[in-house]
Amino acid sequence: MTSPSIALEQVRKVYSDYVALDDVDLDVRSGEFLTLLGPSGSGKTTLLMAIAGFVRPDAGVIRIGAADVTRLPVNKRDIGIVFQNYALFPHMSVLGNVEYPLHVRKRPRAEARERATAALARVQLDSYATRDIAALSGGQRQRVALARAVVFEPQVLLMDEPLSALDKNLREQMQFEIRKLQQELGITTIYVTHDQREALTMSDRIAVMNAGRIEQLDAPQAIYRSPRSRFVADFMGESNIIPAALVQPLGTPHPQGATLIIRAENLGLEREAASGGGVAIEGRVTAQAFRGENWQLRLDIGSERDLLLSIPSGRSVNWADAQPGQSLTAYAANRHIHILP
Amino acid sequence: MTVATAVVNADGLRRDAAAERRFFLSLALPSLVIVGIGAILPVVWILQQSLMTGQGDFTLANYTSLLTSGLTWKSLLVTLELSGATLLCCLLLGVPLAFLLASTSPKTASGLMVLILLPLWTSILVRTYGWLVLLRRDGLINDILVGSGFVSEPVPLVYNFAGTLIGMVHYMLPIFVLPTYAAMRDIDGNVVRAAASMGAGLWRCFRTVILPLASGGIVSGSIIVFVYTLGFFITPAILGGGRISPIAIRIDRTLSTLQDWGGAAALGILLLVIVAVLGAMSLGATRLVGPRRARG
Repeated sequence: MTSPSIALEQVRKVYSDYVALDDVDLDVRSGEFLTLLGPSGSGKTTLLMAIAGFVRPDAGVIRIGAADVTRLPVNKRDIGIVFQNYALFPHMSVLGNVEYPLHVRKRPRAEARERATAALARVQLDSYATRDIAALSGGQRQRVALARAVVFEPQVLLMDEPLSALDKNLREQMQFEIRKLQQELGITTIYVTHDQREALTMSDRIAVMNAGRIEQLDAPQAIYRSPRSRFVADFMGESNIIPAALVQPLGTPHPQGATLIIRAENLGLEREAASGGGVAIEGRVTAQAFRGENWQLRLDIGSERDLLLSIPSGRSVNWADAQPGQSLTAYAANRHIHILP
Repeated sequence: MTVATAVVNADGLRRDAAAERRFFLSLALPSLVIVGIGAILPVVWILQQSLMTGQGDFTLANYTSLLTSGLTWKSLLVTLELSGATLLCCLLLGVPLAFLLASTSPKTASGLMVLILLPLWTSILVRTYGWLVLLRRDGLINDILVGSGFVSEPVPLVYNFAGTLIGMVHYMLPIFVLPTYAAMRDIDGNVVRAAASMGAGLWRCFRTVILPLASGGIVSGSIIVFVYTLGFFITPAILGGGRISPIAIRIDRTLSTLQDWGGAAALGILLLVIVAVLGAMSLGATRLVGPRRARG
């Protein structure tokens, strides 16, 4: 069985005081891992809940495969969902939770037990079957929720910030486990997060959302390297958005009035950083900080926002004792400069 | 040096902790005194009365005549029937009501809550006479029933078991709904959504998720209703019209018409024992079947 595609056409949802979904079109390919990424209030969770059937859109069509599910109730949509706070049944054992969807589907007891045990084995929890939910750690609960969401072989899988309650190390480990499971099952998955790094790590494609619209839908590398709007550049973290007038071109000048986007890690303090053509930007140091894998340096370049530089900490640090107020020049090569369309 | 630093200030900190415990104990003192004087002493006095003849000699006659009298057993049966029927009605009406409250928006829920709590702010006497006006032969309900041709004769709705039951359910329903609603409101909405996403319809969600998770509130509401109604007096006195005699009414009659203090005291102790036994049993049952709640 191949997992179906999901298609949204002109999906609209207006709450009394704001537009949560502003005529959203989206095509999720069969077997794809697609992430809805955006700040809170961008509409990503509303969109996921509309696909799940918990939010009734005001207008639009939602298709899973060829079937129009827009007016189908939740329990008829055949969707696996993993919720933010696990949403496990506290009055059932681990196995009871995972068997539940099979009982609902009236599968024979022996089959339900067998399939639930197999699903728990997939998430390395088969030895926890008889435990109480209360006796599990956060990571284990998340695994149970995952097993429960896929045990009945739903058509598609939806996840609403499933890792946000876990600490950083566990979160990174779970990102790989979820991705691995998703690829093994080949199940079409929509994943909601506000964490851009998580989105980059896990996704086939990312849809960046803002104010009820999809700002950009692209593969992770494309979103990261070639943001199509100021919002996307900003949201993907540590990007400098600079008017062309503030930079000195080393080679062909940029068009008048253009806006340049240069990521913090692509700026250097040596002339070689712009070898083969690029730009130089002069500024005064306002702050510096050691952040483990890199140094962060902030330069006042006469723009609204400071210029951010991120320099690997392994590199020579002759500038590291740069004092606030000191003048420095930052360089970037043309291949690292993205011009906003 | 390290040993010395380990005990620095320990005495002072221990004294602070002790002073804090004393302070909280002193806060509980007034209520302990009131419970002691207001509740335990009268019970001791009643127990003493039940074991005495009119002349003040020790006797077990009050109990033997009580337990051999058919009237006592009849009263006891009526008492249990009334409490049981009230509890059943509260369950049938209250659980769906609590579910409705818990599933509407908080704003609607608080509006409905006021309506449910309104009877609690009215005197039980006023409410009971209110029901009398509605239920009697020429009352509003019979007027409507007869006027609409639904029945040809007025239906006996009051001065019987049914009338007493209506009054008691009306009194106890809000008291039952409160803990049930609280338990249902505390259920994580995503848990119910999860059940729905796995294919469970409304009835199945209710039966397999909401009901078990709210069972704590339902059980405590049930205990309150049952135990509370065992001692009901005003409602059966007014709406029972002398035909319904639960134990509380027997106690009153034993005192006011027979002037039998010893007999009344023995009845009182009997009621107390029944309440205590049933209370202990239901508490034990709660521990056994209570829901396993996830922590954190």
